[in-house]
Parts: sequence; C-alpha cells; structure tokens
Amino acid sequence: MASIKSSPDQNASIPFYRDERWLQSAAQIISAILIIGFLIYIIINFFIAADNRGLNLGFSFITEAAGFPISESIIEYDPSMSFGRAFLVGVVNTLRVSLLGIVAATILGASVALARLSQNWLLSRMALLYVEFHRNIPLLVLLYLWYFTVFSQFPNVQDSSELSRSIYFTQRGIYMIWPRLTETGGIFLIAVFVGIFGALFFWISLRRRREITGQQTYYIQVSLSVLIILPVIGWFLADGNPLWIDVPQFQRFNFEGGMRLTPEFMGIFIGLVTYTASFIAEVVRAGIQAVDRGQIEAAKAVGLNSLQILNLIIIPQALRIIIPPMISQYLNLTKNSSLAMVIGYQELFGLAKIAINNAGRAVQIFVMVMLTYLFFSLLTSTILNIYNRRIQFITR
Amino acid sequence: MPSSNQLTATDARSSQAPGIIKWVRANLFSNWFNSILTITLIPAVAYILFIVFRWVFISADWSAVTSQPLLFGVGQFPRDQIWRVGISLLSIMFLIGVSWGKWGGLLRSIGIFATLLFFGFAILPFQHEDLSIPIFTIASTVMTIRFFLGLISLFIIIGNFIGRLEAVSKRLIIIGWFVTPIITVILLSGFDNSELLPSITTTLWGGLLVTFLLAFGGIILSFPIGVALALGRRSKLPVVSAFSTIFIEMVRGVPLVTILFMFSFIINLVLPPSAIPERIVRALMAMTLFSAAYTAENIRGGLQAVPPGQMEAAKAVGMSGFQTMFFIVLPQALRAILPAIVGQFISLFKDTTLVVIVGINDFLGIGRSIINSTPEFLQLQLEVYVFIAIIYMIFSFLMSLASRKLEDALGVGER
Repeated sequence: MASIKSSPDQNASIPFYRDERWLQSAAQIISAILIIGFLIYIIINFFIAADNRGLNLGFSFITEAAGFPISESIIEYDPSMSFGRAFLVGVVNTLRVSLLGIVAATILGASVALARLSQNWLLSRMALLYVEFHRNIPLLVLLYLWYFTVFSQFPNVQDSSELSRSIYFTQRGIYMIWPRLTETGGIFLIAVFVGIFGALFFWISLRRRREITGQQTYYIQVSLSVLIILPVIGWFLADGNPLWIDVPQFQRFNFEGGMRLTPEFMGIFIGLVTYTASFIAEVVRAGIQAVDRGQIEAAKAVGLNSLQILNLIIIPQALRIIIPPMISQYLNLTKNSSLAMVIGYQELFGLAKIAINNAGRAVQIFVMVMLTYLFFSLLTSTILNIYNRRIQFITR
Repeated sequence: MPSSNQLTATDARSSQAPGIIKWVRANLFSNWFNSILTITLIPAVAYILFIVFRWVFISADWSAVTSQPLLFGVGQFPRDQIWRVGISLLSIMFLIGVSWGKWGGLLRSIGIFATLLFFGFAILPFQHEDLSIPIFTIASTVMTIRFFLGLISLFIIIGNFIGRLEAVSKRLIIIGWFVTPIITVILLSGFDNSELLPSITTTLWGGLLVTFLLAFGGIILSFPIGVALALGRRSKLPVVSAFSTIFIEMVRGVPLVTILFMFSFIINLVLPPSAIPERIVRALMAMTLFSAAYTAENIRGGLQAVPPGQMEAAKAVGMSGFQTMFFIVLPQALRAILPAIVGQFISLFKDTTLVVIVGINDFLGIGRSIINSTPEFLQLQLEVYVFIAIIYMIFSFLMSLASRKLEDALGVGER
C-alpha cells in the first residue's frame, strides 16, 4: 500500500482492481492459499484417519524381519531378512528388467526402423505391421499374451524341449548354459573391465586429439589392442581358467545349474522389449528421415562412401532428433516395468504390494515406492539431458 | 549371344513393361541384396500367413469369446436393466449418424465405420443371448443382441438422413452432444429408490462399457486440465508456475499404476468417508490427472511453437490477455500438436486396461475372468487375448486415422 501511495502520479487514475501488479499478486496469493489449503486439509484428514485407525507412521519397520518369501532375486534374500532388504530386492529386480530391456529394445527398435526404411517393399511392410500391431494394443494385453500363452505354456520339466543340449525350455523357466567365474576369475573380470574402459578412454581422448591437432593418432588401433590385450593378460594371470561352464543338468525332479530365466521374468522382459521397440523404431525412423536429403547428396558428391555417410553425416544429425524422445521411451519402459506385478514378476511395485498386505504401513511403503520411481526418472532424464545438450552443442 | 545385348534388350522391355512388373522390379528386386531378401522372405511370409489362417479358421476354438458376448460388452450389469445401456448406445450412435449427415468429412468416416462395425458384430457368429426387457415384453422375444446391433447400424444410417434435413440445425446437434453424455451417465447409474431406474452400483459395470467410460471420460476431463496446467507452467506468476511444474513432473515421474493405487487405497485416508467417490470414479480421477500431466507437456510444446509475433499482433489490435490466449495462441498451438494430443489419447485409451490391477473389470478384466471362470477356457487363452487385442487395435487405429484426417482438414504442416 505504501508503495502505491508513494507514486501517486502513475497510479492515481488506475483503481487497484485494474492495476496489473495488484491483480497478479492477488492471483498468486489466492492460488497459493487454495493449493496449500487443500494440502493442509488432506494432511489433517490423513492424521485424523491415521489416529482413528491406530496406524503406525514410523519408519522403524524397515529393520524388522520381512517374513515373506521372494520368488527370484539376484542379491541374497530370505524371509528372515529385513523389509529394507526386501525393498532393495525390489529395486534390483526393477533395474534388472529395465536395464536389460532398454538395451534389447534399442537394438530391436533400431533394427525394425532400418527394416522400415528398407527399399525392399516386403521387408518394410513387415516392419510396419510389427510397429502398428504393437503400438495399437495395450501393453497389458501383450504381457498376458506373452506370459499366459507362451512362457507359462512350456512343457513340464520332465519332458522339456531342448536346443542342442544347451538351452532347455520348461514350465519352470528357461535353463541355459552359462559361463561362471572360478576362484581366480575375479582377476580376469577386472582385466576385462579395465580393458573396456581403457579402450573407451583411448578412443575418446586420442580421437579428440586428432580432431584438434590434425595429427594421426591411430585411435582405432590403440583402443582395439587395449581391448584385446588386457583380457588376455587377465586370462594368464588367472592361470588360464577364469571361467567354467555351468551346464544345466536334469536331476530327479528339476534342473540344477545353468542360468535360469523364470517365465515371469521372460514374460515381462519380452513383453516390454517388443512393445517399447515399436515406439523406438518410430523414433529412430523419424530421426533418420529428418536428415535433409541434400546432406546425403552432398556427402556423396564429396566422395564419402556409404559407411562414412552413415557414420559421419546421418547418425550425428539423426541423434540430435532421436535422443529427446528416446529418453522418454526409456523412462516409459522403466515405469511400465511396474506392470510386471500382473504376471508375478516381483519388482518394486509388486513387492511393495506384498509388503503392504503383510505388514500394513501402506503410506510409508507407498511413499518409498513413489520416491524411488521419481528418483530414477529424474536421474535418468538429468543424465541424458546433459548428454543431449553436449551432442546438440558439438554438432551445431 | 553377348550378354550386353541381352541386358539392353531386357532394359528396353522393362521400360515398356506394365506398371505392376515395373513396381515389382523397383520395390522387390532393385539390386542383388534386395532380390535375395525377397526370395528368402516370400516363403517365410507365406508360411506365417498359412499358420495364421489355419489357426483362425480351423484350429482355434472361439467358444470362450462367442459364448458370452454380453459379458464382454457390459460385464455384470444387471441383465434386466440392460436396456439402459442399449438406449444410451443407440442414442450416441444416432447422434453420430445425424452429425455425419450434417457435417460429413471426418464424421462421415466415423459414421461409416461405426455402421460397418455394428453390422459386422451383428453377423459374427456370437451366441444369441435374449435381452429380457421388462417394459417392452413383446419386443424382448425378438430382441437378441444380433438384432439390436443390426438396429444400431440402421439407426446410424437413419440418423444420417435426418442430419441432412434443413430443419435440424447445427446448434441442436451440438446441444445434443452436450446433453447425451450427461443423460447417459444418469441413465446408467440410476436413482436410489426408483422404480423405473433403480440405481446400479458401479461395481457391477464392466467390459467395454467401463473401458469406454474411462477412456472418453478421461479424454474429455483431462484436456481442459491439461490446458490449464500448460498455461500455469508458462505463467509469469512464480507461485502458479511452480505448483504446475511440480505437479506435472511428479505425475510424469511415477508409473500410472502407482497413481491408480493411490487413488484406490490411500484416498481412504485423506478424505472424509462421506466424500470418497465410487471405485470407478476414483480410477477415472487417477487416469484424468495422469493424462492431464502428459497433455500439458504436449500443449506447452505447442505454445512454444506459436511465433511471438502472433501474440504481439493480437495485443496491438487491442485484444485482452484472455482473448489473445483463447482466440490467437491456443488454436494455433493445438493445431500444431494435434498428432501428439491424439497419440496421448490413444495411450490413455490403452492405459485404461491398468484398472484391472485395482480390481475393476474392464474389457481386459472381463476376458481374464472369463478365462478363469471355466476350466476348459484355460486352454483358450490365446483366442481370448487375440480377440481383446483386435478390439483394442480397431479403436486405436480408428483414432489415429481420425487424427490423420483431421490434420489434412486443418492443413497441419502446410500453412
């Protein structure tokens, strides 16, 4: 009020209900009061209801024994372990199916996109059929189709069908031979990782040096040799037997050994991958088609071969367009993995539901689940947005 | 004979060859790689087609699908009250017919499609199920589903002719479109202590009825909320913009199931018991808010695409902020992002299946309960899911087709 009075020359003729600054602050205050009031109303109701029902709102239950079994976990778990541990199992299971799914869906989606762009009419029509089929049915229907009509319909363990004594398809899952580390295998594994990261490091740094200084740095040769030599050294350091092959053996009632993929995991994995791949295919196709034809013609005119055109002209420009929608597809896949519950793969959301049934505490568990999803979503989009910004910057 | 001569000879022939041969050459055998691809693909495609056709027409047992068409349609809706669904459907389809006659264009395609769809369902070999209608006892003996579906397609065509009449004004039809959904909801839910329209608890609603209620309810309600959120996020007022942004990002950061779950179970804790709506309404609220957040982001993209000169020009001719937004900026923004909006609506339509998880028997849920109801049907899961998938596919495809037609009509990407 004081400020208005102090400048009468401007505001004398405008009543306060016509003054834009007044209206704006009034709108802000009113909306803030409405929203915060609604939140307070909800919170008060919540505490009243919690009090009436005698709900325990503490988080101490996290350290208590969970008491329910979990059908599959790649970290150690048994029912005597805590709720926190069970929650961690859920997070790991979600990440497992999401990360594997993202890799597989990207590969499948890119292949479908290439098929869609093929000059071969038959192939491009088949790819179109694939895309239209998957984009127009609900994911849940697809999951039911894969799980109930494919993966849970495999034969009994006794008369499993096999593929050259290395993969067995049974009702209890797919068993396949799998390399596992021996006692000295750790050294080999470290050597492999160092090799991969070293190769990446040399590739990036030497290539950048070449781009800056123009001198030949042999970045391909150097990084390839790092990639090969380090694992070989690791192999010898590990006395030449870092791995053993775990072969599934049929015992009296079930298979022992090997890698077991449960029908539930396969159902959600294949369902998510085939579904998301159709969206990724469209994203990739749109990105490639958005590259100006003149760019490709110009590249041909200056004498680049088709591999170089793809590598140096099409992919860098298409990536700029592809990456933002790709990020949202990856996030969609991760969020969609919560549907695994309906076919019994116990990821974060499914385990949360079981925990609520066993221990109550719906509110706390729910808050934890939502915050976890929110955390992953924001983390992924932040990382990929930074990458996206870099790529936009470099190529422009 | 020298090979070069032969080559020129074939070239000469191919340039005069009829269109189909030219087409095959260009699209299937353009180079050696394509030729190999085509030759390996043809038998594979033929084999797949053979398997599919054999399965659909010979080995598949469709009895799980055809035995209870009403269950797929309306779920457990009381059979003696089913005429209420029938009349709602009939009036909506009649309105589509009238609009087709009045406007043509996109509505013509929808009208023709709906006619064919209902006629198709009328002649498909579904089992007859008598609809006993208390008021029209005479009619009920002939009132089989088949007859009724045929009647609907007839009504669409009749509506088309009525719509062509001069006497029926456009305003009347638009009023009809506003009134009919309200009447439909009242007709379906009914009143307490009513003789003619006893209230029917929504737990009995199911099947396609619920799927469409959720989908269209969600689309209609989420759109204005989405517009409001998008405007809120771009607002110059920091409080409004902060709340809109937080809401949008939070909803987009979590899966729909968690939101559905929250509205189904946690809502009991935050609202007084008298204010808690029915389960189906809670699901609709969850779907609406979820979809609104995504719609808001799409609309925000559209708003950014409108050149600032448009807004300045509108201000220069003396339009108020409200007029500028609703007559200049929003129409252009919405036209630019029509495909994205329709894509969002399609995914909302598909996402209605998630209500299965909170125990609502939508179309997919009915399919599952039919499978689980009879031991023999456990062997027929493939048939049931394929049927369900086809139905969803038809409607999603119809929506994207409508979007493409609308884009053409609005000249998206041309102007």
